[in-house]
Amino acid sequence: MAEEFTPKIIGFTCNWCTYAAADLAGTSRMQYPPNLRLVRVMCSGRVSPEFVLKAFQLGADGVFIGGCHLGDCHYIHGNFKAITRYYLLKKMLQQFGIEPERVRFNFISAAEGEAFTQAVKDFTEQLKRLGPLRPSGGEGSGEA
Amino acid sequence: MGKPKIACYWAASCGGCDVSVLDIGSKLADIVEQVEIVFWPIALDFKYKDVEAMPDQSIDICLFNGGIRNEENEHMAKLLRRKSKILIAYGACAYLGGILGLANLATLKELFSRVYRETPSTVNPENTVPQPTVKVKEGELKLSPLLEYLKPLNEVVEVDYYIPGCPPVGEKAWEALIALIKGEKPPKGTVLTADERTVCDSCPRVKEEKKIKELKRIYQVIPDPEKCFLEQGIICMGPATRGGCDAQCIKAGLPCKGCFGPAPNVEDQGARMLSALASIVEVNSEEEAKRFAESVADPAGTFYLFSLPSSMLKRRVK
Amino acid sequence: MSEKEEPRIGVFICHCGTNIAGVVDVKQVVDFTSKQPNVVFATDYTYMCSDPGQALIKDSIKEHKLNRVVVAACSPRMHEPTFRKTCQEAGLNPYLFEMANIREQCSWVHMGEPEKATEKAKALVKAALAKASLLEPLTPMEFNVERSALIIGGGIAGIQAALDLANAGFHVYLVEKEPSIGGHMAQLDKTFPTLDCSACILTPKMVDVGRHPNITLLTYCEAQEVEGFIGNFKVKILRKARYVDEKACTGCGVCAQKCPVKVPSEFDLGLGMRKAIYIPFPQSVPITHTIDKENCLYFTRGVCKVCEKFCPAKAIRFDQQDETIELKVGIIINATGYDLFNAKKLPQYGYGKYKNVITGLEFERLVNASGPTGGKIVRPSDGKTPKSVAFIQCIGSRDEHHGVPYCSRICCMASLKHAHQVKEKIPGAEVCVFYIDLRCFGKGYEEFLVRVQDEGIRLVRGKVSEIYENPETGNLRLRLEDTLLGEVMETEFELVVLAVALVPRAEAPALQTLLKVSRGADGFFLEAHPKLRPVETHIPGIFICGCAQGPKDIPDTVAQASAAAAQAAIPLSQGKVTAEPLTAYVLEDYCSGCGVCEAICPYKAIELKEVEEGKRRAEVNEALCQGCGLCGAACPSKAIVLRGFTEPQLMSQIEALSSV
Repeated sequence: MAEEFTPKIIGFTCNWCTYAAADLAGTSRMQYPPNLRLVRVMCSGRVSPEFVLKAFQLGADGVFIGGCHLGDCHYIHGNFKAITRYYLLKKMLQQFGIEPERVRFNFISAAEGEAFTQAVKDFTEQLKRLGPLRPSGGEGSGEA
Repeated sequence: MGKPKIACYWAASCGGCDVSVLDIGSKLADIVEQVEIVFWPIALDFKYKDVEAMPDQSIDICLFNGGIRNEENEHMAKLLRRKSKILIAYGACAYLGGILGLANLATLKELFSRVYRETPSTVNPENTVPQPTVKVKEGELKLSPLLEYLKPLNEVVEVDYYIPGCPPVGEKAWEALIALIKGEKPPKGTVLTADERTVCDSCPRVKEEKKIKELKRIYQVIPDPEKCFLEQGIICMGPATRGGCDAQCIKAGLPCKGCFGPAPNVEDQGARMLSALASIVEVNSEEEAKRFAESVADPAGTFYLFSLPSSMLKRRVK
Repeated sequence: MSEKEEPRIGVFICHCGTNIAGVVDVKQVVDFTSKQPNVVFATDYTYMCSDPGQALIKDSIKEHKLNRVVVAACSPRMHEPTFRKTCQEAGLNPYLFEMANIREQCSWVHMGEPEKATEKAKALVKAALAKASLLEPLTPMEFNVERSALIIGGGIAGIQAALDLANAGFHVYLVEKEPSIGGHMAQLDKTFPTLDCSACILTPKMVDVGRHPNITLLTYCEAQEVEGFIGNFKVKILRKARYVDEKACTGCGVCAQKCPVKVPSEFDLGLGMRKAIYIPFPQSVPITHTIDKENCLYFTRGVCKVCEKFCPAKAIRFDQQDETIELKVGIIINATGYDLFNAKKLPQYGYGKYKNVITGLEFERLVNASGPTGGKIVRPSDGKTPKSVAFIQCIGSRDEHHGVPYCSRICCMASLKHAHQVKEKIPGAEVCVFYIDLRCFGKGYEEFLVRVQDEGIRLVRGKVSEIYENPETGNLRLRLEDTLLGEVMETEFELVVLAVALVPRAEAPALQTLLKVSRGADGFFLEAHPKLRPVETHIPGIFICGCAQGPKDIPDTVAQASAAAAQAAIPLSQGKVTAEPLTAYVLEDYCSGCGVCEAICPYKAIELKEVEEGKRRAEVNEALCQGCGLCGAACPSKAIVLRGFTEPQLMSQIEALSSV
């Protein structure tokens, strides 16, 4: 009866780097698990911590954020803001019982389709091991 | 017609909100002349059955303070909702969950274990914990069972207005009340006595540039009394907290802790403050970002001190 | 089109041949979509980007009175501009359009799981619908362009760009911090691989600059402040006092002859001397002399004034002051060039310790006919002609731990050129180039390598690990491994020339702050895109060329300078620029002036304005705003909104993606 658990992942990727890397993975026909759904933003610095909370509130098992490598941000220092918010948010989420591994930040440039594919595969495996965020019947899943 | 009927009730509360009602000092004597207080556990000896006997909607305004922590709180919230024309969530606990809402970061089991078994000064070899009922020779004593998590008032009943603060500013609360008594009808769900902007707008301190290198706890430095706290590295919730309190705490020399709750547009006060704070630190490497995060001792307790149960995640998720 | 109108969304699902339809069940997606709120029309087609596909969109807009369009197809990075134009041609505001990426990020990456890919496609379309429902019409902004250019840097890059723009009819302000233009190229003797005399090809261009009616030459000047945005830059230039009247000075040089003070010449890298009143080199443009305040006897001790006494044009002005010049320009070109790696950082080579270890540029000065030795290659220790010269490559370059990780591109050719010059000027001399690789990639370069090999120059593949000096002779012993022979060896030379790395200017960080342009990890200024936008920077209106962008030889520098001029001429000739309207704006009623947004904006586009005593409100300069959204994410009261990526729009996407 236990179906294999497919983690739901919501991702936020910056237009210039990681979103482009995801596109490159596509043009190169690299394959990865279909449970990741991406929201395109201009810069990883656009990602409000509330987006991450919302995703978890609505049933995501993991949240992925992708931005340019430090020093390469199209908007100069957006990714520095993003990575600082990310570490602080991870620390806080632990207090809510959300394992820090459930939020993942990767610096992936537009040329790194392979790195993007691997990140999705690794994250999926990691979440499979952690299990669902809310065991079935838990409060809060699907609430808007 | 008769004098307007006012009720005040405390659910899971520290009593501060009731005290704030008394804050207006001598004016209270005048006001008491003009209204009829039909229920006020802290001050008057009305019983629950008196409330149950009242006709529905016979209470004109009910000031409900405190969070919904146990079944008794929930029952009274529903009862007072039926009996009141206007139900006001009074104070941070009723509006947002309040400081008591921080208990939502633990499960009920963990709370009991910590309080009655694990705290360093507790001596409890028989593992005695409170029970919902206990038989004594005179009969049976009942304690209201706790709900799994604390809820703000609007998660249990429909709320007409909110008056924020921990506690609310007595003078302003009374002004709002009198306006309502006089027949003013703000849109349902309005947060009364509050500004549309955050505390920064009424803060007297000088703001220069929001850029910090590291955080300081308030005991670690002698803060400059004129400069913005945040710009000195001291966490102040002012930028993410609704104004209306006239920046009292700041004028008294302490950084804002966020008791008026989030700005009007904002659902999750804690997340906005976290983002703002992390954005203004000068960070030049991933290491520095990690170290900064580590330097915030208790993020949830700091950013959600008053608003945890009404935040996006509301409580411990797993 | 009022914002309060109910959204009427038309959805177009593309098959992209079998690229999408081969994996995703397009019909199922259409069916699902047509049941979604606000969708009044949903259809599919083989190739949406084709003419018939676009016609389908335009016709549907008219027929179904659509006020929002969603296309589910390839990546928006591919065709968003295409479909925006399609909407515009049909009379719909192009910003009421959203795309769902169901190809690169769906059908192409989940080829083995068609059911799951179809589910994902539905989710992605739903997210696009959610955002589309909240989109608002936007109008690109237009700004006038000031038809003049500022070029910072008067080397060959700046000179070429200045001439191109001036010849195109635009006014150019060429700012150079040294007393003369010419840059490093003026210090060179011959240039590879043609062995043209550097000054002979450079000076005509310098003279052209000096007398061009469209060029205002501002030498001995530095840019201090740059404000504004493309088309409307306000620049403050510091004009340092020369204490010589530029209009009166004829460059006769009598002052320099008479001046009693001799100091090491910067132009000659300390190998020769100049006077306290001087021109850097004989062909300086402008020819105006400059008094070096630090060393002039009048300024240091209040005496002398011999130059004033003898100047036939009465051009000396001891009372001259530094001046600030304010300019309004439309575009800026950064042509600030390079510095050389400080070889003292690699003490094993003995530079700075042993007199006969010199750099390649110092060699240029020695071999240059107008240099301190009149073109004679001599050893600094004893002035004798060396009978053996070693060239050591990659000093500082390709050295992650002690130097810079990159290759400096020109040193192989420069050293081969120098080796040839030694052979030419010192017949019978032993010349050896110690290299790791020989990079002779350009036009005529490989042929030049063959030529110098035929001249008897030895090439040894091995990096020299250590140099030590014989103190009596001043000769140098080199210790190295000849990697082709696999032998460790020691060998002695009378003169050693180090091919040092090209590094960013010491002023680069200050320039970065001044212009707000970025620099790459290597410290050179960053181009907007390494392949497709090599001369633009991330700041619209600021261009870059020459070695400021990275080490390169003269042909590439000139090509890039002309490219920068051509790019810069686009806004200058149009007279106006349009900017994408995906910018931020402030909800004044909710802004408390906390200042978080102002502090974090990378473009300094946000200012806090005082509206009454003690109360500030943030204001966005939409011309400077680049639409990154850092402010939107950081504002603790959600009082700042980023058009096209608002919080409600992004939240709606998260909700939609979570619901399928």
